[in-house]
Amino acid sequence: MGILVDRNTRVLVQGITGREGSFHTKLMLEYGTKIVAGVTPGKGSQEVHGIPVYDTVREAVEHAGPIDASVVFVPSRFARDAVLEAIDNGIKVVVVITEGISVHDEVIMVNHAKHNGTIMIGPNTPGVLTAGEAKLGIMPAHVFKKGYIGIISRSGTLTYEIARELGKKNYGVSTVVGMGGDPIIGMNYIELYDYFVRDPKTKALAIIGEIGGDAEERFAKYYVETGREKPVVAYIAGRTAPPGKRMGHAGAIISMGLGDYKSKREALEKAGIPVADKPSDVPRLLSEIL
Amino acid sequence: MKLYEFEAKEIVRDYGIPVPYGMLARNIDEAIEAAKKIGVPVVLKSQVLVGRRGLAGGIRIVETLEDVAREAENLFNTRIRGEEVKYLLIEKKIDFERELYLSLTIDRTARKYVFLASPLGGVEIEELVKQHPDKLLKLYIDPATGYSPYMSRTTAKFLELPKEMWKYLHNIMDSMYKLMRELDAELVEFNPLAVTNKGLIALDAKIRIDDNSLYRHPELQDKALRELSPREQVAKKYGFSYVELDGNIGIICNGAGLTMATMDLVAYYGGKPANFLDIGGGATRERVKEAAKLILTHERVKVVLINIFGGITRCDEVARGVIEAVEETGAHKPIVVRMLGTNEEEGRRILEEYGYKVFSEADEAVKKAVELARR
Repeated sequence: MGILVDRNTRVLVQGITGREGSFHTKLMLEYGTKIVAGVTPGKGSQEVHGIPVYDTVREAVEHAGPIDASVVFVPSRFARDAVLEAIDNGIKVVVVITEGISVHDEVIMVNHAKHNGTIMIGPNTPGVLTAGEAKLGIMPAHVFKKGYIGIISRSGTLTYEIARELGKKNYGVSTVVGMGGDPIIGMNYIELYDYFVRDPKTKALAIIGEIGGDAEERFAKYYVETGREKPVVAYIAGRTAPPGKRMGHAGAIISMGLGDYKSKREALEKAGIPVADKPSDVPRLLSEIL
Repeated sequence: MKLYEFEAKEIVRDYGIPVPYGMLARNIDEAIEAAKKIGVPVVLKSQVLVGRRGLAGGIRIVETLEDVAREAENLFNTRIRGEEVKYLLIEKKIDFERELYLSLTIDRTARKYVFLASPLGGVEIEELVKQHPDKLLKLYIDPATGYSPYMSRTTAKFLELPKEMWKYLHNIMDSMYKLMRELDAELVEFNPLAVTNKGLIALDAKIRIDDNSLYRHPELQDKALRELSPREQVAKKYGFSYVELDGNIGIICNGAGLTMATMDLVAYYGGKPANFLDIGGGATRERVKEAAKLILTHERVKVVLINIFGGITRCDEVARGVIEAVEETGAHKPIVVRMLGTNEEEGRRILEEYGYKVFSEADEAVKKAVELARR
């Protein structure tokens, strides 16, 4: 089970012939992901790791369909086009790994996805992984044990770090979702939390946030309003980040008086979500609430 | 990427939005010349990229030509929040009735464009959001439909503008949206937008361009470098992210979240991070080498702390890059390494061969680095 993707999800890889696309197609296949087609314009009728490549998403759907989800490795300048193509061809889950996409392109992609009922994850995300079933993206499979903790994160490597800490204390994961590190992303904590609440395999959640924006504060409010349906713990990175500076992620900036560590931590704790001082404390906090 | 006020105003004027008549001066003589041409009273405005310039004394109203030289000299010699003043914008002083706030930006929560308007012109937006939310109008724009004239009427009513001003506001907002999209701006702000007896005029203009869209604007690309410190420029050139902090433990990590978490861990164990440095995903030996050189040669750094969780990044590439940086710089600073993930054994072998201890746990490595920095 888990959310968004599982062993039966039929997956398309956009940008499959590129360096990253081809490398991670191999790793995704090794994990058991059911990849049925790839698309790279102009590279149709090849195969990558045994997966047929098409010039257009329309052809992929016609010849290898139905397709449930797409994972996008297309370079930033062409990513908007690729995402619109996936949405317009009826693909309902689109995971955008690409980093460095124009914020205007992101606004257009996200709104188009919403208008068409498509779930868009990212951009600038490590992807989505349902333990033991499927992974769409670049997460290193070995750090995730199978279990019942759902993870929603704004980060990549920090997610791996915390998943490893969880694994050391024998906590496994149900589904791990990287929301993406950009200011404009397809799905946020609130929307993803709703999916996890409905997932019987997920008993508790860990959210991994960082400074910038007010997504954590909004989630805290929503969590209380909807009756704290499942236990949640959190870690927030960037306690020592100075205001006004972008900390690597385009979205990690304290601006307009919003997004500092203190306000996030206070909001979460007030909502009954314990916040870990350091990544290695997350398993202890989980053991205290479970 | 930020534009100077004079650059923003040039663009704004091209889009048909009224701004005061003004000229740019690079020295005192040019300032005097400009003031003569424009005619006193004039406003002298320091051109800097940092915010809150007015509060820092960067704006002077000058009534007589005799005073221009003195005030200009004064401004050229005053650093505004640490930033040198290379240009003054000399503008005709405008008499106005009211000051308004008007901006167009991108709302990360609504994931749409948003017009922000307030009758409290001159107040910083941060303050408007926090102190006067009732005096702030937010109008969201779906990118699929774009700007529509009702938005200007709604804004005009909120700002209590007389009916004869509505068309001016419509022209301004229509142009702002066009400008925002065509230039890939992430902010277009007029603060204040003044109401005069003739209409509306932008007394200040701020434009920020989205860094990820710069490839569509080659004419702006060089400008993106000027707000960066020399170290940040090196980072940009080699494709990693760097932010200067004020401690003495130099940090090199992969991934923005892990880098911030490592900074926080350093502080948690009583140390002070000297920087944020994220080598990015899948960094090559070359990029790591340049990153490590930057930290090793930083005079304030006493200890270097490397924390790598290899997924797409390979530990052996990182190790080789670090060793090359040490050899090229001849630096003798202690280096504490924590490494995990892809090609970990090889990375560990390389570093241990050169006498560096490699930790598996972040907490242990950070504690060690803090201890070494105290010596």
